[in-house]
Amino acid sequence: MTVQIDQLVDWLRRFRALVVQNQALLTELDSAIGDADHGSNMARGMNAVVEKLHGESSETVDALFKGVGMTLVSSVGGASGPLYGTFFLRFGTSTGAVTALDAGGLSAALRAGLGGVVTRGKAEAGDKTMLDAMIPAVDALDSALAAGRDLAAASAEAAAAAAAGRDATEPLVARKGRASYLGDRSAGHVDPGATSTALLFEALAAALAGPAAAAESDSAAEPGPASAPDPTP
Amino acid sequence: MKKLINAPDAVLADSLKGVAAAHPELTVDHANRIVYRGTPTRAGKVALVSGGGSGHEPLHGGYVGIGMLDAAIAGEIFTSPTPDQIQEATRVADSGAGVLHIVKNYTGDVMNFEMAAELADAETGVTVATVVVDDDVAVEDSTYTAGRRGVGLTVLLEKIAGAAAEEGQDLAAVEAVAKRVNASGRSMGMALTSGTVPAAGRPTFDLPEDSMEIGVGIHGEPGRHRVPLAPAASIARQLVEPVLADLDFTGAPVIAMLNGMGGSPLIELYLMYGEVAALLETAGVTVARTLVGDYITSLDMAGCSLTLLRADDELLRLWDAPVNTPGLRWGV
Repeated sequence: MTVQIDQLVDWLRRFRALVVQNQALLTELDSAIGDADHGSNMARGMNAVVEKLHGESSETVDALFKGVGMTLVSSVGGASGPLYGTFFLRFGTSTGAVTALDAGGLSAALRAGLGGVVTRGKAEAGDKTMLDAMIPAVDALDSALAAGRDLAAASAEAAAAAAAGRDATEPLVARKGRASYLGDRSAGHVDPGATSTALLFEALAAALAGPAAAAESDSAAEPGPASAPDPTP
Repeated sequence: MKKLINAPDAVLADSLKGVAAAHPELTVDHANRIVYRGTPTRAGKVALVSGGGSGHEPLHGGYVGIGMLDAAIAGEIFTSPTPDQIQEATRVADSGAGVLHIVKNYTGDVMNFEMAAELADAETGVTVATVVVDDDVAVEDSTYTAGRRGVGLTVLLEKIAGAAAEEGQDLAAVEAVAKRVNASGRSMGMALTSGTVPAAGRPTFDLPEDSMEIGVGIHGEPGRHRVPLAPAASIARQLVEPVLADLDFTGAPVIAMLNGMGGSPLIELYLMYGEVAALLETAGVTVARTLVGDYITSLDMAGCSLTLLRADDELLRLWDAPVNTPGLRWGV
């Protein structure tokens, strides 16, 4: 099973849709331990990404993701811009000029993106950051692939691991980012960055779930009546 | 929310229009949200570029001018500017002698300036040095946190490094004096009320009438401790003691800044400085220069911060050098 560039575009559209749907939640989480702008910043960035996808289509995976990364870097600001921007830039750099990814290529690209976030943010697991969702997600994908599961199943396990990682940030005391200034008072709140990263993997799982889900992508990406017809397998 | 605005999402753009109207001696790039001096950096002079989220005015745009910054980049309110904006300011401000980035230690600012410096070096060949300001003693410094925040000392550092650049010191020397200032200064802040971000429409945190936050930064984030409201003399102690406990300020001339957070009147800031000055005298600290007023704010937050800089003859000389900006002006 390979992942076509259209499915990767679908991933980005779904991520945008989820970020927009959860904008208020992300902002609410960020008001508790940050500065109340994560929802609006991520929505602004992903809206810019999708707008760019409408305007120009990329022939290759690396061009697509480098464009996404630069768009996020120049439109999000805050810490999320460089972190998500670096994630997609490194993802794109890793794949090379291909038009599809096999399971190993997707795994390597996600791993490269994760490495970029680690380098940029200088955080590690347990610091109450987006890495607490991203590290278990990438690990889960690799374990599932190693166990012989297909990409649809592996990405679903990655999404579940990201969500579990997100939930596990609640009791943590933040050691990186603006929440760390609160000291012990940052405990008891789910991390907004881990929450948006869980959405990133939820979107990936949906985009790779198979042809049925792929056909729904327009309704998922564009708020409006969800009237996509059932595809005939 | 009652604010002097047209629309929450137009606050920054509209405010920059006002800056341009009020200060014809400055040049405002509205598309990239950069404030420059009206005349290009003269050949051979190191350019100072700073920036960060908006809402801290007069920082940073108000410190562009002779003796201080060459360019200031304005991010959205409390949000770092992006690398492409920073890179543009760096490229335009450079006169060939290199650029010093002055960055407050907040995760977003540090990352965006870091990416911009990488891009500037790779794409335009501009030499960039960076000083990260981290003076806030409210944050326990350890390898397990994002480190201390950059707050009030940023104002003093931009003034002193600006004077060094103005008199022709090279990039390494300007960077060195900036780092010396950072190593020699400490700050502590407090809030009586939360500020209100226009886009959010309501105060960032709730603070009951009988409470105050000790150890706030400048982004409306809550502080480390919420304590009962107290008289000014007690508040002054809660600011002075942690600053003096962190660094020895005796035996050297000290530059002191009692800064307003944006929502406290000057009469209260002077009252606070009176309390602070008495405590410093008792502690054997000699204040050589003083600033009292709104220099680095947090929108409409009520409260104040104290910054002390352990100076020497050289730093005092650079402090006293002429400066002509909207926010600081003397000797011209």
